[in-house]
Amino acid sequence: MINLTVNDRPVSVPEGSTILEAARKLKIRIPTLCHFKLDCFHVEHRSGSCRICVVEVEGRPNLAPACCTPVAEGMKVHTNTLRAINARRTILDLLLSDHPKDCLVCPKNLHCRLQSLAQEMGLHQVLYKGEQSTYNKDLSSRAIARDLDKCIMCRRCETACNTIQTVGVFSGVNRGFDAVVAPAEFRPLAETQCVFCGQCVQACPVGALSEISYKYDVWRALDDSSRTVVVQTAPAVRVAIGEEFGLPPGSISTGKLVAALKLLGFDKVFDTDFAADLTIMEETTELIERIKNGRNLPILTSCCPGWVKFLEHQFPELIYMPSSAKSPQQMFGAIAKTWYADRIGVKPEKMTVVSIMPCLSKKYEASRDEFTRDGVPDVDIVLSTRELADMIREAGIDFAALEEAPYDAPLGESTGAAVIFGASGGVLEAALRTAADWLTGTSLESVDFEAVRGLEGIKEAVVKIGDLELKAAVCSGLGNARKLLEKIKRGEAQYHAIEIMACPGGCLNGGGQPYHRGDSSVLERRMEALYRADRELPRRKSHENPDIQLLYREFLQEPGSHIAHELLHTHYFKRKRW
Amino acid sequence: MPCSCQGAGKPETDITLRYPDKTAELNAYLDALPLEAHPDRKRGVLIQSLHRAQQIFGYLPAEVQALVARKLEISIAEVYGVISFYSYFTDKPVGRYKINICTGTACFVKGANKILDEFRRQLNIREGESTPDGKFFLGALRCVGACSLAPVVMVNDRVYGNVTAKMVSEILADCAD
Amino acid sequence: MKIDSVEKLRARAASAREAAGRVPVKILISMGTCGLAAGAQPVRQALRDEIAARNLGNSLEVVEVGCMGLCHCEPSLIAWNTATGAATIYGDVSPQQIPAILETAPGEIAAGTRTLERTWYYPEFEEKPDDPRVLQSRIVLRNTGRLNPESLDSYLAADGYAALARALTQMTPAEVIDEIVRSGLRGRGGGGFPTGRKWQFAAAQPAGEKFMICNADEGDPGAFMDRAVLEGDPHAVLEAMAIGGYATGASNGVIYIRAEYPLAVKRLDIAIRQAEEAGLLGKNIFGSGFDFSIEIKYGAGAFVCGEETALIHSIEGCRGEPTFKPPFPAVQGLWKRPTVVNNVETYACVAAILRKGAEWFRSIGTPGSPGTKVFALAGKVAQVGLVEVPMGTKLRDMIFQLGGGIKNGRRFKAVQTGGPSGGCITEASLDVPIDYESLKALGSMMGSGGMIVMDEDDCMINIARFFLEFTLDESCGKCTPCRIGNRRLYEMLCEICDGRGTMDTLERLKRLSAVIKDTALCGLGQTSPNPVLSTLKNFEDEYLAHIRDNRCPAGVCPNLIHYEITERCVGCGICARQCPVGCIAGERKMIHQIDQTRCVKCGVCYQVCKFHAVEKC
Repeated sequence: MINLTVNDRPVSVPEGSTILEAARKLKIRIPTLCHFKLDCFHVEHRSGSCRICVVEVEGRPNLAPACCTPVAEGMKVHTNTLRAINARRTILDLLLSDHPKDCLVCPKNLHCRLQSLAQEMGLHQVLYKGEQSTYNKDLSSRAIARDLDKCIMCRRCETACNTIQTVGVFSGVNRGFDAVVAPAEFRPLAETQCVFCGQCVQACPVGALSEISYKYDVWRALDDSSRTVVVQTAPAVRVAIGEEFGLPPGSISTGKLVAALKLLGFDKVFDTDFAADLTIMEETTELIERIKNGRNLPILTSCCPGWVKFLEHQFPELIYMPSSAKSPQQMFGAIAKTWYADRIGVKPEKMTVVSIMPCLSKKYEASRDEFTRDGVPDVDIVLSTRELADMIREAGIDFAALEEAPYDAPLGESTGAAVIFGASGGVLEAALRTAADWLTGTSLESVDFEAVRGLEGIKEAVVKIGDLELKAAVCSGLGNARKLLEKIKRGEAQYHAIEIMACPGGCLNGGGQPYHRGDSSVLERRMEALYRADRELPRRKSHENPDIQLLYREFLQEPGSHIAHELLHTHYFKRKRW
Repeated sequence: MPCSCQGAGKPETDITLRYPDKTAELNAYLDALPLEAHPDRKRGVLIQSLHRAQQIFGYLPAEVQALVARKLEISIAEVYGVISFYSYFTDKPVGRYKINICTGTACFVKGANKILDEFRRQLNIREGESTPDGKFFLGALRCVGACSLAPVVMVNDRVYGNVTAKMVSEILADCAD
Repeated sequence: MKIDSVEKLRARAASAREAAGRVPVKILISMGTCGLAAGAQPVRQALRDEIAARNLGNSLEVVEVGCMGLCHCEPSLIAWNTATGAATIYGDVSPQQIPAILETAPGEIAAGTRTLERTWYYPEFEEKPDDPRVLQSRIVLRNTGRLNPESLDSYLAADGYAALARALTQMTPAEVIDEIVRSGLRGRGGGGFPTGRKWQFAAAQPAGEKFMICNADEGDPGAFMDRAVLEGDPHAVLEAMAIGGYATGASNGVIYIRAEYPLAVKRLDIAIRQAEEAGLLGKNIFGSGFDFSIEIKYGAGAFVCGEETALIHSIEGCRGEPTFKPPFPAVQGLWKRPTVVNNVETYACVAAILRKGAEWFRSIGTPGSPGTKVFALAGKVAQVGLVEVPMGTKLRDMIFQLGGGIKNGRRFKAVQTGGPSGGCITEASLDVPIDYESLKALGSMMGSGGMIVMDEDDCMINIARFFLEFTLDESCGKCTPCRIGNRRLYEMLCEICDGRGTMDTLERLKRLSAVIKDTALCGLGQTSPNPVLSTLKNFEDEYLAHIRDNRCPAGVCPNLIHYEITERCVGCGICARQCPVGCIAGERKMIHQIDQTRCVKCGVCYQVCKFHAVEKC
């Protein structure tokens, strides 16, 4: 242990700790901006570049950045001397001098760290005015908006995109005052290998990266009486949206969510969980088939559009591996605009399917050409959890006080197997529950596959189903996926099935979720809530969902049928990595 | 539905297809690099590879950047990040005559700015640009180490010393095709 | 033939000396970049032709050498009788003078030529002459300008690789480091960190892959000593890197050199090949079991890559952005392995120290900064050139003796040391003996040794703005104070130069400079406000004149000056004809007038008037 004092108060911290960590132990706050840490994924971005955390260390000629200065025995740190405060205020002043002051209309208004710093430090005027950087906004994609005028060069997005996800869209570009983070040749995101996972949006402390918003399109659809507007809600939304309204992280807000959507005026409020159960039916059928044939193993899950696009760009030689099953969002759209539309006598082109997703990539997924039939997209509009929260606020709905309401039938019925799709490992666990029953012909008592749960990046399990020793792996975070796929390519690892989610921890940490601001505990609580929701549901296996059974009986015949293939399966494209 | 970013570029826009000889030369250079000893250090040859590529193509268009990125297995964003960082690299074609005015300290105190202004005026371009006919590139560089001859102008490899504004038109006249 | 033992090295050196001694009369011609730029090539050709014509091939030898430091009178050459020691230094040599020079014995002066006094001695093998004009003491430049940089024998004849041989066969790595520590050698690249300590840190790391890097990314505008050494004496750097490698346990050497130095790269390439062929680099050098190889890596035009962490990133193929230390490169450097980064001039001292001993080195210079320092004298000094003086030499001696004073008889105003990271030093401090500490105390720094002299015609605010502009161009943009802060400093200086500055501008300039110094991430950022702070300290009057009186005392800032035609005008009309905007009018033989509303203050009229009738006010 290293002994030091911070503001004359003694503290002992392990060797290798930073001044920031020592100060935090004493509950002394030092402002940070570029620093970013998520303990649960062992991720730390420590570039020491913004200099907002500078403190005075006795005996040093210059101020020291607290976030990356290691402690030393006998060190005397002062966080609030006039010199340090003046320096921090000046740094903030400089950042603001090259930053648009349009906070009122910024997509990150009230979620911006620069804004909150200005407020915390009581900075009321910018002393060092001068030239400001100007760039064209990038609104090329369906998912992520870039406004480089607001980039503060914290480089957190680079760590998210390049180090954690290994997608590699961003780099620091140019130098000096013109330095900024951008894709190669300042290309619009739509023309890059970006998978739209949105981890950069989560990481960006300011308004330089945000989602492309479709709230107004939803308002317009709701206002159009000639249209039937149905909405689906993804599993991970229900355990996160409460945070936007002051509920503690980990609150299960399913009933309030449904109630709010009904108040907003959706004709029917359905659940993506229904489609998740449907996905399990199709995917498990495919898994069993591949195992029996011993061909094209391992099967990779295909629910996550970010992961799918990653595979198409980075591992085009492996595009035969993922399950051909569409994602739950797209299955929902396909069923809503066929079976359900037919049931209620609405033409598909008169129906609007809105998705509420924890994800930004789902916006992109819905726009993929192959998910359109006869010019009608399966899913019309995708909103993130955050955008829905905005709409609820805009409509003046007191979310926390809402009475719980149930989903509509028949696309609102779901099982515990579906709700855990929101956590890394959930899809695989759901598939195992069904596969075990189908392969053994019995009904499995114990449905909890603990080995595939948790926020670890790569998890492995061997599950005994009858005679079969099923080898499975679960990956979340594309960097982890890359590691695993490289191993498979080299023939160093063999599995039957692998679940891959683009975002570390799965959808609960999606790019469209309420900002976690580097607080790991928020993500842990969301995960606990998903498994709690699973436990609390009466049915916990997808194939036991009565409305799924009804759907097959009435319409799809059986998993893997011709019509199921037509509506619920897709194919993948090789895309350029370079 | 084939994706828009699938497959190779068109010959009329993809410089690597338009100049197969140059592309082959660059490929041969990259293939000869000793990369196998340390696969995790492949990017260590990035800067020399870009130097070579720029030598071959005259500049570093997007397709050439992609080619280098692919060989060294790094992202094109990172390659572009490097190109845009170092003043030696350019992703735009440059004029045949590279006129560089030294703006090192010695040349500065001896009036390099006036020389630069005169070139700007006569060529009607700014530093870092080339004339539309592709003949001249105008640049400013830091200290060529010929401080005794300040102010100094370099045209390709030729050094002009003690340059005055009057000499500018003579220097341009020297650049006959 | 492989030189795989000390005996073979001695034998080869002896035969090289013997061969060199066979033709005692040498003509050394400076073929460095500046020599070539000034026209050394035609002079070389004339020498070749004339020697052939006169059939002198057996009685004298022409040696193409690197920079002699006499930039102000290139092309330069030295006629030297190595047997008698008699020598004549010729400057501004033209091909026409060659016959006369060849007809004149070394030591005597050929008719119709310009000759120069020798102002240096070589402390390694010469006593300091009792001559006050001999201010220079050449350790770093001991071979530069004296031997053929493309010949290994030439280097061996000058005791080349003897230090490496001694280290590998007679000393332990710890003893080598101890020698360097005791010599007090400090990093010549700028910071002045003790070289021996750096080596100790790296040596203390567990054995395994380690790197020895030579920083040859000299980017300081107006400093070119590293180039001179690399072009003039490349083997000295290779030898020193190998010594450092042995001392620290590193087997891999990397020279990071700027791409703007093609000649230096070529000579390094040749030298490395020669050393490899001779077994002086490679496996099992001198049979000691020590392996060392050297690879050249290129910069691509980024000043900040002179900073060691940025340099390492650049070698790794990344953007040359500095990172926070610790970890220091000695612990975690190139490819996360222990790494020592020293600059060219530092390495150039190492072999001499091992040959002559730490005490000898300490006997030169000041107690805190032993040894010599090379400076590149440039700017408004009469004799631009490269000089090497013992630490502790006075600036006045350098500028007024070695530099020949101020050009065109103007008055000295200030000298900028340390390049864009340094500060300006005024008349009042010219007698301070300079070393790392004294320069720092004067608000400047040693830097790499650029020395730009300014005269009364230089506006100090404009100069500060020039340096800031340099920093802006070269800032990597990583940290806020450097990326945005320096931009704001620059903008404020522009305001002042343009006559828009207020007392508030001045106050904010001071405050922001202090914060940038205190908070920037790397050395470049932390020192970038120095030109502002030192001009503020030494020339506050000039700032006030710009702000309060709307006046630029040096007559430089266009918005603050105007031109007037006085009664001395004879009405010749040349100014009116030359004026680019046609704002001068007047009858022939009558006093002309300038239309101030249209004048663009280009100064052409001022320059062309033969009667000094145009005045700058």
